[in-house]
Amino acid sequence: MFRKFLLAVASLVSLAQTATAQEVNAAVLRVDYPALLPVSRLDLRPEDLGFAGAQLATEDNQTTGRFMGQTYVTQAVAATPETALAEFERLQGEGVRFFAVQARAEDLLAMSQAAAEGTLILNTLAPDTALRSDGCRGNILHVVPSRRMFADGLAQFLIWKKWPRWALIHGSHPEDIALADAYRAAATKFGGRIVAEKEFTDTGGARRTDSGHVQVQRQLPTFTQDLADHDVIIAADETDVFATYLPFHTWQPSPVTGSAGLRPVSWHPALEAWGGTQFQHRFEELTGRRMRSEDYNAWLALRVIGEAVTRTQSADPATVRSYALSENFELAAFKGQALTFRNWNGQMRQPILLADGRITLSVSPQEGFLHQRSLLDTLGLDQPESACTAFDQ
Amino acid sequence: MKRLALATALAALMTSPALAGKVFVSNERGNTITVVDSETWEVITEFPAGNRPRGITASPDGKHLYVCASDDNLVRVFDTETYEELHTLPSGPDPELFVLHPSGNPLYIANEDDNLVTVTDVDTHTILAEVPVGVEPEGMGISPDGKYVVNTSETTNMAHFIDTTSYEIVQNTLVDQRPRFAQYTADGEHLFVSAEIGGTVSVINPDGGAIEHKISFEVPGIAPELLQPVGVRVTSDGKKIFVALGPSNRVALVNGETFEVEKYLLVGQRVWQLAFDAEEKFLYTTNGNSNDISIIDVEAETVVKSVQVGQQPWGVVVVSD
Repeated sequence: MFRKFLLAVASLVSLAQTATAQEVNAAVLRVDYPALLPVSRLDLRPEDLGFAGAQLATEDNQTTGRFMGQTYVTQAVAATPETALAEFERLQGEGVRFFAVQARAEDLLAMSQAAAEGTLILNTLAPDTALRSDGCRGNILHVVPSRRMFADGLAQFLIWKKWPRWALIHGSHPEDIALADAYRAAATKFGGRIVAEKEFTDTGGARRTDSGHVQVQRQLPTFTQDLADHDVIIAADETDVFATYLPFHTWQPSPVTGSAGLRPVSWHPALEAWGGTQFQHRFEELTGRRMRSEDYNAWLALRVIGEAVTRTQSADPATVRSYALSENFELAAFKGQALTFRNWNGQMRQPILLADGRITLSVSPQEGFLHQRSLLDTLGLDQPESACTAFDQ
Repeated sequence: MKRLALATALAALMTSPALAGKVFVSNERGNTITVVDSETWEVITEFPAGNRPRGITASPDGKHLYVCASDDNLVRVFDTETYEELHTLPSGPDPELFVLHPSGNPLYIANEDDNLVTVTDVDTHTILAEVPVGVEPEGMGISPDGKYVVNTSETTNMAHFIDTTSYEIVQNTLVDQRPRFAQYTADGEHLFVSAEIGGTVSVINPDGGAIEHKISFEVPGIAPELLQPVGVRVTSDGKKIFVALGPSNRVALVNGETFEVEKYLLVGQRVWQLAFDAEEKFLYTTNGNSNDISIIDVEAETVVKSVQVGQQPWGVVVVSD
């Protein structure tokens, strides 16, 4: 009772301030692509996926804004691939200049093309390497790690373990093939050897039927029977077709990594280190469910905006962008060190978590992988490798 | 060499019986308090303290031990002689760290999950006020005259100055990323706020809230990302500032006049909180990942001993007999 009263007083004060305050208008734009049900029902998509993370970030920003005289308004909009661009333009027409976008590369690029002068897009989904290289855009910052960052994060752990012989099994969709490319690049970068490679072709068909597991149990061992001697299997299955079935169904007793088993992820609901526990608590209290990577990425995108607005005292997207890319920007985001941006391609530097489903097993960069600028630059496209020129001053 | 230092230290202890007392360490994962004899540095006992004990402090007379039982959403009060739980205090949800008014009452508690500072009367066991602050409040410091209590919010990155009579925030200072701890000098002239992820300690003039200086840290061969300042303690003459540097496993000794780092002392793993004994002869550090405390000789500026405690030690307080 007492507390409610105090909070009410506090919100009155903040309301009084908004009259003269800066207003930061942002939108989370999520494109929902048609998809089959996930292999595991534990992976069913919650309705508010991504939106919930954005809501938490907006509340966090608003709490700070109360002291700084800023107000944060974030709209959450779900679109289909067909309506995505129209929604983007509609929001822009309403004056929204900050976008956290959960879309694939082609839709993201269409929005970048349609963006008005000064509109800032934060990519929270597309992991494509090209978006960080020759396909980069000056008005897109990437808070989601790239495929190369995920692959490098896992590769460093495997090399640290002295498990350098990898059997790579990839899916047949373009995303899976791109992910396999990232693992090949990681092998070259860190001294892994891909001793066997195989494609698991998606032939469609029932995956979660009552008898499905019988087929899986009979077919996967023979599918993996002819793999050359290896230390681990790396599954590149971004489209969730086969990797989840691999652990314990292999011919040899092989550890599975990549898209199943030990997975490189940007967030995991079991992370407790670096203040993670209270962050998870706050999210769970808000939503009644656990935080997913999509939520974390959306939280990150809006916190980037909030942090830059707080420090620069400006809600101007160009000011926010240039501060975010500057040496002064750093963001504490429950990963044990400050997150910053690569000013040559707009990619956020961040540690990659390695999760086995129950716990965060390890975090990359691993000990001993050094870099002259930042240890985080051992993950993903380094400056000389990136063909991005949109960020040249 | 080490043995000699220890022998000297012990000899010094024997000549000053006033030093006899107990070191209380909260073990976040072990759900216990470890009690260490401050004269022999032997573990006396370990007793249960509720769920996820973190912040720990003692009443000015040394009779009561206050412990933030974070996952029980209250403060537990123990007798420092018998280790019996006397009563609990309402703290608001998820109390993490707190500071006691110099007079011994009230207690100012940071509620990490709820963006509040709760003010609790330790005699009547009632909540006097709840002050909305920034996101993830943690560090709590109080001015020596008791007029202002300072809270740091880890995600908002501010030090909030709260008037202890009106419970209003009167001033905010934006500091670096993830401020964990606030500590005034005994003369009230400076306030130190550590920023764990920012890697700095801001030296703030409490009068106006301006940052006058930023202490940063550098250890050859240690990744700068690992130099994460958390606990800060200053000798009462203001000459020596000790800063716990988290996963770099070091405590920095900073000159209280020039604010330059003078040396780094190697302690246990992931060092977070610090506490002096009453005479400021020794400084105790909690090392969360090696499950021990390190003991630093303040005069000699050396680490003289480490003592195994419970699981994931978090906070520490020393009580004189």
